[in-house]
Amino acid sequence: MSKLDSKIPEGPLDKKWEKYKSTIPLVNPANKRSLEIVVVGSGLAGAAAAASLAEMGYKVKVFCFQDSPRRAHSIAAQGGINAAKNYQNDGDSVYRLFYDTIKGGDYRAREANVHRLAEVSGSIIDQCVAQGVPLAREYGGMLSNRSFGGTQVQRTFYAAGQTGQQLLLGAYSALQRQVGLGNVELFARHEMLEVVTIDGKARGIIARNLINGELERHFGHAVLLCTGGYGNVFYLSTNAMGSNVTAAWKAHKKGAFFGNPCYTQIHPTCIPVSGDHQSKLTLMSESLRNDGRIWVPKKKEDCIAIREGKKKAIDIAEDDRDYYLERRYPAFGNLVPRDVASRAAKERCDAGFGINKTGEAVYLDFASNMKYKYGKQEALVKGIQNPTEEQLHALGKEVVKEKYGNLFDMYKQITGEDPYEMPMMIYPAVHYTMGGIWVDYNLMTTVPGLYALGEANFSDHGANRLGASALMQGLADGYFVIPYTIGAYLSNEIRTKAIPTSHEAFETAENDVKERINKFFSIKGTKSVDHFHKRLGKIMWDKCGMARNDAGLKQAIEDIRALQKDFWANVRVTGEANEFNPELEKAGRVADFLELGELMCIDALNRVESCGGHFREESAETEGEQEGEAKRNDKDFMYVSAWEYKSMNNFELHKEELKYEVIKISQRSYK
Amino acid sequence: MSGNMNLSLKVWRQKNAEQKGELVTYPVSDISPDMSFLEMFDVLNEKLITEGQEPVAFDHDCREGICGACSMHINGRAHGPNNGVTTCQLHMRSFKDGDTIVVEPWRAAAFPVVKDLVVDRSAFDRIISKGGYISVNTGNAQDANNLPVPKVDADKAFEAAACIGCGACVATCKNGSAMLFVSAKVSQLSLLPQGKAEAKERVISMVNQMDEEGFGSCTNTGACEIECPKGISLENIARLNREFAVATAASEK
Ligand SMILES: Cc1cc2nc3c(=O)[nH]c(=O)nc-3n(C[C@H](O)[C@H](O)[C@H](O)COP(=O)(O)OP(=O)(O)OC[C@H]3O[C@@H](n4cnc5c(N)ncnc54)[C@H](O)[C@@H]3O)c2cc1C
Ligand code: SF4
Ligand code: FES
Repeated sequence: MSKLDSKIPEGPLDKKWEKYKSTIPLVNPANKRSLEIVVVGSGLAGAAAAASLAEMGYKVKVFCFQDSPRRAHSIAAQGGINAAKNYQNDGDSVYRLFYDTIKGGDYRAREANVHRLAEVSGSIIDQCVAQGVPLAREYGGMLSNRSFGGTQVQRTFYAAGQTGQQLLLGAYSALQRQVGLGNVELFARHEMLEVVTIDGKARGIIARNLINGELERHFGHAVLLCTGGYGNVFYLSTNAMGSNVTAAWKAHKKGAFFGNPCYTQIHPTCIPVSGDHQSKLTLMSESLRNDGRIWVPKKKEDCIAIREGKKKAIDIAEDDRDYYLERRYPAFGNLVPRDVASRAAKERCDAGFGINKTGEAVYLDFASNMKYKYGKQEALVKGIQNPTEEQLHALGKEVVKEKYGNLFDMYKQITGEDPYEMPMMIYPAVHYTMGGIWVDYNLMTTVPGLYALGEANFSDHGANRLGASALMQGLADGYFVIPYTIGAYLSNEIRTKAIPTSHEAFETAENDVKERINKFFSIKGTKSVDHFHKRLGKIMWDKCGMARNDAGLKQAIEDIRALQKDFWANVRVTGEANEFNPELEKAGRVADFLELGELMCIDALNRVESCGGHFREESAETEGEQEGEAKRNDKDFMYVSAWEYKSMNNFELHKEELKYEVIKISQRSYK
Repeated sequence: MSGNMNLSLKVWRQKNAEQKGELVTYPVSDISPDMSFLEMFDVLNEKLITEGQEPVAFDHDCREGICGACSMHINGRAHGPNNGVTTCQLHMRSFKDGDTIVVEPWRAAAFPVVKDLVVDRSAFDRIISKGGYISVNTGNAQDANNLPVPKVDADKAFEAAACIGCGACVATCKNGSAMLFVSAKVSQLSLLPQGKAEAKERVISMVNQMDEEGFGSCTNTGACEIECPKGISLENIARLNREFAVATAASEK
């Protein structure tokens, strides 16, 4: 029998959460004070969880590797956060958000989790506004909304192109308040390097103090991993430089199953690679697709002329432009989901229509909305009769600036080109990982007492995440789910006294960490950590990226295993263990990525179907209206892949069957 | 695709907080104008590692101007020669072939050096803990649209909230004052109706913590506003001063 029990409550879908919530055992206030919770991560999920649990009375410790919890990678989220408020009166509802998310995820997410997410989405906005998060407003003082991909309603709340920053600073302020009140102890510049388990339960962590290199032992009745996504396995991604899989991977090796590791989101609108020196890729928010139209020239000779610098975008006549998303998907146009938009860009570039030197870029053009939508509107408001094209451009530019100013500035800084005058050049890049640690309905992993929240878990987005849903999920997990569900476990722990960290389990875990650190220094090889990271990234991008196939994946697994060997024989880690040492931090992270990369390819190889962000070339529609589109195989693959770590290079697959009781499954069409 | 710029870097090296530091000169070659300043440091570090030397430690994470981690004092200016950009957003096209570039950490009494170009800015977090929030527990909130906020106020609050906590304002101030940072948070919260209830205690307690952390006092030189990568305006300092005056007057009654 499978070891997977998703613990989904009984009852009709729309009553499950409400009913379950009121039956979860409670922990009384006096007992809460003697229960300790370790929270690893201070992003939206971690900060929200830590603040809420501390407010409830638990004793909380928070860890992050940055110098301040405010710098967690959630800070970089740009476009917005979804919530089923229906403030725009455009027919939105909890059901519709639920439905869009399941469909967007290509029918590979759990109904019950997603419904709960949609149910609590509204409370998130209420909470954030109460904290003083300055979300965008209309002149009447009410909150403003915009659209994101894969939906036909306006349910996305935002703060210019800095939504993640504002939401995180809200959660961070709640966290710092609890720090000030003495309910949370904060450990910044600390990296968790091991989970400690005693009698099969998670009981704490080993963390390295990044300033002096000391290894520390921290006990917790429960441990929450809120450690973000693992997109950096590709080396180049939109994630921050420090984003990593280490915490999740350590948990995996201690018994936590890894769910759907191969589900990766490649975001369609990022600034293209400019050279070998590239250290990361920069996202241009999906919200830009509200006002930008994506195109390439219809004629190859135009593409060549542009690449050679002989023509510019504005020289291409309207009739010679191929707005390929509008052409292929008239119902959703430029607002198709990310996986669909990315593959369409790749298709055009592979066919030779790319428009930059590398042939891997398409245009994202604002000219028409800038002039004819916003320019005209403003001209009307300002009473300007028969405005000229230049006037329309100037008027519209102001509106666009207010909506997306920081993104346009960022683009200009990076590329040196002015996107108000020229269309942006964009190309897909690795952005988000839907896969992650497998969790049940309570967000508990297969290790009792060990939880995973936010991007670190696999839970709500199936095979493809819709835009503006990660912020929603991180905050839902932290503010509104874990504070309830953790009671189911901790109510049975009230008699467990804090275990002294002299316990042998802590001793062994610390020794394991120490040994590995010493190993890094003992190799004294010739190649830098980055060297290996870049090579891994290339294998992953070429063979486990936007399109995957049997032969390629098998090759990738071989290549990664060889690379693992090379790494452990030839890496050079400079400096010492007992000091501030970023190279050592990187070495640990890349060593874990090397193992994760292998598992991602194994998972991708196993899943011989296309779904969401996972596109297997062998599984595409071959005829009719849907020709070339991804082809799911529900008969054989309607399950979550949950991998158990057995030993190095050896993983065992467990399957959690997905049952759709409410939603009617169909071919996902955005035509 | 490497570039064609050759530069001479003078970089602050300091092993840890206890030991003394010094400027060390490193030549770097084949730098492309499309590289960011931090990517140029990646090139330097890669070279140092292959030569068996220790790479330069510096803070960075998002590399897109939003996390506030990067913090280099470049040729005497916090975040380098351009206005309105962080170190990670500075690109090498802002420099010329043959340039000598001096790179130092933030210098301020309240920001001790950790190593090389890395400093300790945890004082900022402690200031926020003393009132940089609205006291609302999870679950306490009413419906978000029950409280309309005039767009002008919301926009102003947002502009103040855009602070990334990088500390350039402190590093650039001859007094090492944190007024711009603190005033940005005080302003954001006092501009919003939600923040009014605690406004008085907030400003007093945040200012007290700021003093306790060893930040200098503000003498209105205005240097901070110029170097702030997020355009946080001096208006915020004026607002803090007003709030502070009102709050202290009220508490004396
Ligand atoms: C550029 C960009 C833009 C985005 N825009 C949007 C958007 O508009 N809307 C949307 O919904 N989503 C967006 N996303 C996705 C979303 O931002 C993330 O999925 C989400 O913020 C993740 O939050 P988190 O709390 O799970 O993790 P993170 O915010 O990544 O936090 C991880 C935390 O874990 C800590 N940590 C990690 N490992 C360790 C360790 N070993 N030891 C100690 N601490 C550790 C880190 O220090 C950090 O505090 C965007 C993502 C990117 C990259
Ligand atoms: S006010 Fe400006 S310079 Fe100071 S910390 Fe904030 S963003 Fe940085
Ligand atoms: S690295 Fe994040 S702001 Fe520069």
